Amino acid sequence: MKYRVLIGKPGLDGHDRGAKFIARALRDAGFEVIYTGIRRTPAEIAAAAVQEDVAAVGLSSMSGAHLRLFPAVVDALAQAGADDIPVLGGGIIPAEDVETMRKAGIREIFTPGTPVDTIIAAFTEACKMQRDRENNEG
Amino acid sequence: MKGDPTVDRLLRHLHGGDPRALARAITLVEDQQPEAAGLLAGLDQKRIEDVLVLGLTGPPGAGKSTLTGALITALRKQKYRVGIIAIDPSSPISGGALLGDRIRMMEHALDWEVVVRSMATRGRLGGLCASAGAAARIMAASGCRVVILETVGIGQSEMDIVRLADLTALVLAPGFGDDIQAMKAGILEVADLLVVNKADQPGAGKLQLEMATVFTDPKEREERICATVANEGTGVAILLDRIFTLEGEFRSNGQLHARRKRSFQLETLDWAVEIVKADLREKLQTTTFTSTEPRQAAMELVKGFGKRI
Repeated sequence: MKYRVLIGKPGLDGHDRGAKFIARALRDAGFEVIYTGIRRTPAEIAAAAVQEDVAAVGLSSMSGAHLRLFPAVVDALAQAGADDIPVLGGGIIPAEDVETMRKAGIREIFTPGTPVDTIIAAFTEACKMQRDRENNEG
Repeated sequence: MKGDPTVDRLLRHLHGGDPRALARAITLVEDQQPEAAGLLAGLDQKRIEDVLVLGLTGPPGAGKSTLTGALITALRKQKYRVGIIAIDPSSPISGGALLGDRIRMMEHALDWEVVVRSMATRGRLGGLCASAGAAARIMAASGCRVVILETVGIGQSEMDIVRLADLTALVLAPGFGDDIQAMKAGILEVADLLVVNKADQPGAGKLQLEMATVFTDPKEREERICATVANEGTGVAILLDRIFTLEGEFRSNGQLHARRKRSFQLETLDWAVEIVKADLREKLQTTTFTSTEPRQAAMELVKGFGKRI
């Protein structure tokens, strides 16, 4: 089973090295990664996630707007009828924001310094859960 | 399986144009799930007959994705629903892939009448044709008037993909020199239309002249070569016009029918190989060969094979 994931950057933030690094790391771990590039709106990311039938969405933010933008992607997915697709996020995110983000429906938050293996494992687990549930529901 | 309630529901939703059902259906086929057969058999045949599968191929950097984006804009002006299958290679080492063609089509990201699907080659020689062909039909059944198959078109499996299309346009740009020389042998022969993209760049005129030598008939030379500047939309309306004219010709002269028949055979063979391969692999593990020479061992392996299916 191949897992398809989307890596995207919502909002006005051009710092994409982190996102590209994760995209490549996931590719090298055998994932099919749909990379949607910088400066996307949450609705654009959600639409791409639906059309590409990804099992998880990964978001990166370096601009400090994660508290607004990450939950906005979760909402946009729900609006597109895809609230079952898990959202994971990372970037320059202060430790005190992690709990808030989790409560807003972000499955995992990766702060600076997280080992890449941890991130890959989290994506694998998130994808597995999403696909299993989808197959059970049919 | 016919009558499978899950498949029936999926079919109903995808025929209604539901984006999730459509995407899910393509995944089922791509992952070769057991439901795929019943699903594909239940697709609206009339819509599949009416769709135009347009192959868009050319070297990396020629502007295929940008041109695809411009063609989408032109097609949406005519109120057509459009499907795009963008094929990129998988890494032969990890099996993973980085698929970024969508970035050049983001202008249409919020338009649900534009269905974009990225597909990785998944490192297989076969199987890709079957997946891409099926995906094109699923998109057609969901109401797409045109499905664009975008691929680099170099190498055998990608050439096969090109041959799935009803009509193929080769996208070139000035400054590729040797690459184009290398392509001449294979791809130029299957291209119905030649698009000189980035026509505002130096060398475009020369490239157009070179391309003119591909067609011997002066009328074809006139009608089969188009110049575009995809990022500005220049020449795209004319290109689309020519595409539809050619489609009309191919439909009336039997060419389209002949090509569909050929791609049917191609896909059928592809599926057959995929089905057989799994069985062969299994038998390979349990067989003790009398020969140490692979060619002879292969004969032993396939002996009496047909009975196993």
